[in-house]
Amino acid sequence: MKLSPLALMAGFAIPGLRRPALSRGQALTEAALARVPRGIAPVFNQADLTPLSNFPINAYLTEDPGVDPNDWKLSVEGAVANPGDYRLADLRALPKYEQITRHVCIEGWAVIGSFGGARLRDLLAKAGMDPAARFVEVECADDYYESIDIACALHPQTLLCYEMYGQPLTPAHGAPLRLQMPTKLGYKQAKHLVTLRVSTVLGRKRGYWVDQGYPWFGGI
Amino acid sequence: MKPDHSYFTRLGHWLAAIAIPILGLSGLEILRAFPSLGEKLPHALMLPVPDGPGLGGWLGGALSWHVTFAWFFGAAVALQLFDLARGGWRRVWLSAAEWRGIWPVARYYFLRGSKPEQRKLYNPLQKATYLLILSLELVSILTGWALLQPARFWLRPVWAWQAVRALHLLSMLGFLGFLPGHLVMVVLAGRRPFLSMVSGEHGAAVAEGQV
Repeated sequence: MKLSPLALMAGFAIPGLRRPALSRGQALTEAALARVPRGIAPVFNQADLTPLSNFPINAYLTEDPGVDPNDWKLSVEGAVANPGDYRLADLRALPKYEQITRHVCIEGWAVIGSFGGARLRDLLAKAGMDPAARFVEVECADDYYESIDIACALHPQTLLCYEMYGQPLTPAHGAPLRLQMPTKLGYKQAKHLVTLRVSTVLGRKRGYWVDQGYPWFGGI
Repeated sequence: MKPDHSYFTRLGHWLAAIAIPILGLSGLEILRAFPSLGEKLPHALMLPVPDGPGLGGWLGGALSWHVTFAWFFGAAVALQLFDLARGGWRRVWLSAAEWRGIWPVARYYFLRGSKPEQRKLYNPLQKATYLLILSLELVSILTGWALLQPARFWLRPVWAWQAVRALHLLSMLGFLGFLPGHLVMVVLAGRRPFLSMVSGEHGAAVAEGQV
């Protein structure tokens, strides 16, 4: 009885128990992180900016999936009253926000970048999001995919980003549209968005890296 | 008679003894994903990270080990703080007069000097080391938590992200530096103090005059 805490640790030495135990541990940490009240992520000054040329590019399959911005549209589907396709011009018509925030990679590097775009929550309001919605899932032109919690989707700093450093997104940075969330790690900030699905239940595909072992919440 | 080491002291010790190597190895694997304290582009301030040791196989695996065993480590530190709060601090607190006693003890254990007289349960070197280790533990937990939540006010300064990573690494190097000396002292102090950390055996440490 007295040794039970150590016996718990010994459980990690048993191969069959190790994987479920580690995913429990990771989930516990995620739950604890999610409980710390979330405010606004720090915003920085122009002088703090990392030059765009020094902004690392961690691409999945390709840096340029060859999206034609003129032919591109974002399909909004799922738990919304008005599903449909949105062109870039439709998103540019929404109020535009610009923010200088830190982009933190799970690998351990961080840069400070300038991002411009529409708030995801404005698009969700326009699409008539079901109030019971709990998740937003995105799919990308290069088969990357991700999903986020609804609190993050409605966060005022969560952008459908179409500009970096005042210029339209380059293909390597996710043209024509990417997620930009200073409250999440870099791998959550999916590039080349093509589908945005509002859902009440998280599907089997939670995220390209998440399904391989990265934490799903990814909140910072 | 009270045991030399209470159940909480012993549990805290062995939880930490298992958690720290696991955190160190998984941390090394995590560091390998970006072995630098500078920018990613252009590469700067690269750290020499050894190729072999690690735990978890890749960044995602290592992170799951790291954030899981951080809880065991946190529990160990909480037990130690609890132990100090309920009176244990009197046994490890280093009085001003004892500072001068650190060197003779270090000389005895590591430089084959003569054995200093010891009247208290812990000698001055042990006390200094335990206070240092406790500080390292608190630094590693606080910096670890800060690194999990970098989008908060505590990392607002532009330099803070890498500075906190550096502190987190330094705390682990501190544990690494402590280990050889700790093991030497355990071996030289003999069997009974070691057993008292396992079983809490009454009076074992006092009989030997060492812990």
